[in-house]
Amino acid sequence: MAHVADSHGHGHKPEGVFEQYEDLHQQQSTYVLGMWSFLVTEVMFFGVMFMSYLLYRWKYQDMFYQIHHDLSWQLGGLNTANLLFSSFAVVMAVRCAQLKQNGSVLKWLGVVQLCAFGFLAIKAIEYKAKYDHGHLMLIPGNNFQWHDTAIPAGIGKLFYSLYFAMTGLHGVHVVIGILIFGVMMLLYAKKSHLVQNDYIPLELCGLYWHFVDLVWIFLYPLFYLIPK
Amino acid sequence: MSDVIIGTGKGTAVGAPQPDPNTPRVNYLNVSHTLSSWLLTKDHKRIAMLYLFSISIFFAVGGAAAGMVRAELMFPRGSLLQSEGYNRMFTAHGVIMIFFFLLVAIPAVFGNFLIPLMIGARDLAFPRLNLLSWYLYMIAGTLGVTAMLFGGVDVGWTFYTPLSSMYSNGQVTIAILAAFLAGFSSIATAVNFIATIHKMRAPGMTWDKLPLYVWGHYATSVIIILGTPVVAMTLLLVVLERTFGIGFFSPELGGDPVLFQHMFWFYSHPAVYIMILPGFSVISEIIACFSRKKIFGYHFVAYSSMAIAGLGFLVWGHHMYVSSQSMYQGTVFSLLSFLVAIPSAVKVFNWCATMYKGSVWLASPMIYAISFLGLFVIGGLTGMYLAAMATDVHLTATYFIVAHFHYVMVGGTVTAFMGALHFWWPKMTGKMYPENIARYNALIVFIGFNLTFLPQFVAGYLGMPRRYHYYPAEYQPWMILSTTGSTVLGFGMIVPVFYLLWSLKKGKDAGPNPWGAKGLEWETESPPDPHNFHHIPVVTAPVYDYDAEAEERELQGEN
Ligand SMILES: [Cu+2]
Repeated sequence: MAHVADSHGHGHKPEGVFEQYEDLHQQQSTYVLGMWSFLVTEVMFFGVMFMSYLLYRWKYQDMFYQIHHDLSWQLGGLNTANLLFSSFAVVMAVRCAQLKQNGSVLKWLGVVQLCAFGFLAIKAIEYKAKYDHGHLMLIPGNNFQWHDTAIPAGIGKLFYSLYFAMTGLHGVHVVIGILIFGVMMLLYAKKSHLVQNDYIPLELCGLYWHFVDLVWIFLYPLFYLIPK
Repeated sequence: MSDVIIGTGKGTAVGAPQPDPNTPRVNYLNVSHTLSSWLLTKDHKRIAMLYLFSISIFFAVGGAAAGMVRAELMFPRGSLLQSEGYNRMFTAHGVIMIFFFLLVAIPAVFGNFLIPLMIGARDLAFPRLNLLSWYLYMIAGTLGVTAMLFGGVDVGWTFYTPLSSMYSNGQVTIAILAAFLAGFSSIATAVNFIATIHKMRAPGMTWDKLPLYVWGHYATSVIIILGTPVVAMTLLLVVLERTFGIGFFSPELGGDPVLFQHMFWFYSHPAVYIMILPGFSVISEIIACFSRKKIFGYHFVAYSSMAIAGLGFLVWGHHMYVSSQSMYQGTVFSLLSFLVAIPSAVKVFNWCATMYKGSVWLASPMIYAISFLGLFVIGGLTGMYLAAMATDVHLTATYFIVAHFHYVMVGGTVTAFMGALHFWWPKMTGKMYPENIARYNALIVFIGFNLTFLPQFVAGYLGMPRRYHYYPAEYQPWMILSTTGSTVLGFGMIVPVFYLLWSLKKGKDAGPNPWGAKGLEWETESPPDPHNFHHIPVVTAPVYDYDAEAEERELQGEN
């Protein structure tokens, strides 16, 4: 015979289980499913950009190849390594959270934050170089400039439109990641009941971060390593 | 504490406390009366009521815009608007009705209210997210209406480039940002529904005991999380092009305007199913209840929703037969579009088979459901004309299209919305409305609707283009008929506001189950308690456990 749960739930449920859930297990599995559904929307969200990229790369492959030499594959590679390591750090943080080692969680999250800020710093260096060349048009009134006579300015603009839109959207996700990991660090530092019995909130942030990482894994070859 | 077995008693409230005649029962409406208790509520039922209030306002604004359009079209040379004003008016009508009414209405009001009740949960999985979605919706709606009424947007609801990205004056950017926010609001709702339906079902509520209403909303949510981000991003790219001169869609900048159409319709065809699938799911509930029969072919109806959700993503090219899309591509899209008719027809045939030899009760929700069947069949079959490439080339951008999608969206979704409103109003408010007025009003809506849109099929077939307000005088009779019909339809939409509000004050108490319907939501009190169930129910009865023969015998015995 199935059990009948007490509606008001006080007393039965451990701290950190919200009233709409029966128990911690239901809450955790619901959170994870919700996060995966959200990540599906993120895939479709970026999908639009990748679709546009596909079309124009297919149309203007030769010129995209020419232009992509402007980007520094070394800096991009550095950032790739950086993000991969940050994903490892997130995994370690989640592991420590499962083992309830608050201190180590904080240390690993600190590493994640360092990597994320490092990523943004390198990105800023790259954007600055493009800004100096007049390719950065995401500032109102800043007109696009193009000096390469071999390639039509329209194609140059298209390439950089895609570059800035896609890496820019990715960058926004990195910033959001920094914010949510900041909140997580605060919760772990204050030993909040939200994360004491339940490592799932941190795992969800981890899932998000792996997704952000994965997007970059696609962006890097598509922009920095275009084959002839 | 005893186990509660559902489906045995007739309309007994689950685990209701011993009634005390002196103090009124605490329900979700009277539990607190302060403004902040509404604006900060996490109760799915209260959020549903917030939505009901706000979509009604947007529906009225969109309806007023439609009234202006119809008035203008009475005369071949126009009567009250200049061309600019007319363009703004039909854009306002389209954008408000689609983004702020049709996409939201049934899921956000009735989905929010009923899904936890139907599956035996205390709330949706993420109550805060649910409240956030309402705020996003309100910000989006306010922005959108402000942009359209005070600035003006003249690009139509489709925002085609390069008109929207390069040439149009007016507040296109703000309108697009509003649509973007509305998209996030519905993504939040969809994620919530998916998590809730997967994880929050009561013990015994297996997938094949799930009401078809819940199945329909599940399919809808899947479409929303796959499709809505695509249109959100696409529209954002239009804004980038408009404000920063990034050249994704503008041929002058090296872009391709047809790419916009592909990505827009990749969402906006499935969006039609976001609007109609919840309507289908309402109709399943109403027809089962008022025929007193289990839905014929329950599994087929359930899975056809999923089939529609899947196939719906493969047919967007039928909006682009006259674009630069290749003929061969068009052929494939045409074939796939015809295939969507199969799951839709499965539903219609199964509903008819449900009514056959049922104990049919023509209460007002059932009248709406039956008129839904008629109108949706016309809407769906005329869709076949448009799926076929040869006829579509003739009919593209004529009033035939306008009539077709209004038969699906208004004849389908709005009729289902009215049916849902009448079916669950007693549950939501605990009050009965005057049933006879409601029944006659349902007929008025049906007549007004047909009078409005049947003439548009003819005018469109004869070649009258949509979105024009100066037209050859030969079409005027059809336009006059249509405008007359829209007046009747408008009347039929206003009357329920009065009798429903009246019922709140003076209506008879509905009791837990005025229709004798099956399903967990009818086993709660009306209006339900703040936490829905005192004890999480255990479901043992099969879904739609009706018995038409017993019902008939009982009726005979009474007479
Ligand atoms: Cu379509």
